[in-house]
Amino acid sequence: MAESFNFELVSPERLLVSEKVTEVVIPATEGEMTVMANHAPTMTTIKPGVVAVKTAAGKTERYAVFGGFADILPSGCTLLAESAVHVDELDPTVLENRIEAARAELEGAGDEKKTRLEQFIAELTKLGEIVIPA
Amino acid sequence: MPSLKDLKNRIASVKATQKITKAMKMVAAAKLRRAQEAAEAARPYSQRMAAVLANIAQAVGADDSAPRLMTGTGRDDTHLVIVCTAERGLCGGFNSQIARFARDHVRKLLAQGKTVKIICVGKKGFDMLRRDFASLIIDRVDLREVKKIGFENADRIGHKVIELFDKGEFDVCTLFYSEFKSVISQIPTAQQLIPASAGEVAAAEGEGASAIYEYEPEAGAILSDLIPRNISVQIFRALLENVAGEMGAKMSAMDNATRNAGEMIDKLTLSYNRQRQAQITKELIEIISGAEAL
Repeated sequence: MAESFNFELVSPERLLVSEKVTEVVIPATEGEMTVMANHAPTMTTIKPGVVAVKTAAGKTERYAVFGGFADILPSGCTLLAESAVHVDELDPTVLENRIEAARAELEGAGDEKKTRLEQFIAELTKLGEIVIPA
Repeated sequence: MPSLKDLKNRIASVKATQKITKAMKMVAAAKLRRAQEAAEAARPYSQRMAAVLANIAQAVGADDSAPRLMTGTGRDDTHLVIVCTAERGLCGGFNSQIARFARDHVRKLLAQGKTVKIICVGKKGFDMLRRDFASLIIDRVDLREVKKIGFENADRIGHKVIELFDKGEFDVCTLFYSEFKSVISQIPTAQQLIPASAGEVAAAEGEGASAIYEYEPEAGAILSDLIPRNISVQIFRALLENVAGEMGAKMSAMDNATRNAGEMIDKLTLSYNRQRQAQITKELIEIISGAEAL
């Protein structure tokens, strides 16, 4: 049995998860990373994607997050998401609206912003493919 | 002297008003509970955000890599003032309290020869500030259609502010809102958003230094991602506090109105009864004196 640690998933609106977990997979900007107990203190930004949480009870829960950042300590991990929902509760139209909004913003955006937005859209689309069964 | 009929009408109308204010009070109480819950639910995020920000700010230190949103432009010639008020009235002195506080601040800045720009969030503040500073108001945000304030609303305002800052439209940004202390007391508060206030950094040094972090990407990059987010979070918190405050103020204002209406009804009923009695007595005297004359 792997050691467990405290994991918290917080969005501006509310605290979504706060429980003991053994393993969390985070979609960090520099690539996915798995956090387990006694991880070195790390701080990282995250991109839109799926956070997979393996609880101490052995269940795996998945949450869709739209950007944010994670604060990892040996004793626990706090994920501050800009917006987060449980994968089962994700409404496909919400995702589409977000992609749509980003596309609209793409028009007339500066070069630097454009690359960032394009990346954002790609990430969202990928998230959609993972989350929404075809 | 109003006639009996007049009094009766008057009592009926006050009673109707009382019913309305009572209903409004009850609605405000229900909304207040929800607003308080929302404000409470949002608290963990802003607390963690402050802790993380403090940590990183310490790591980056005061070197040049710190983003301009944090260090400011180095000047304070142009001030941006964001005034958050409610969309609706009938909540006692709530809106005018914030507006007055903001107005004093703006006057002071103007007296010092600074340039001031105002963004109004909420209709009531806009109406009040328009009288004095119509030319200074550069934008207004209407949240009237919004039933429940979500993070997106705050985020949109935050983006607008950052965009203006990037264009060099202002140097210092201050947020005015009402802090929710309790149902009967809301305190108008000013909070400096840009550059990030010194108080935050000072609080950081107290609890920071807990661990040596690894940053991915490096601290500066995270910081520049974090600070705009923090601005949105602060605005979000202010909006939530405002909603809770508005509902609290509305509840006590409506409670007062209901009580006043009750007192008025009592007084009117008393004079109605007196007058009725006087009329009866008068009629009796007329009958008796008529009978005696026979």
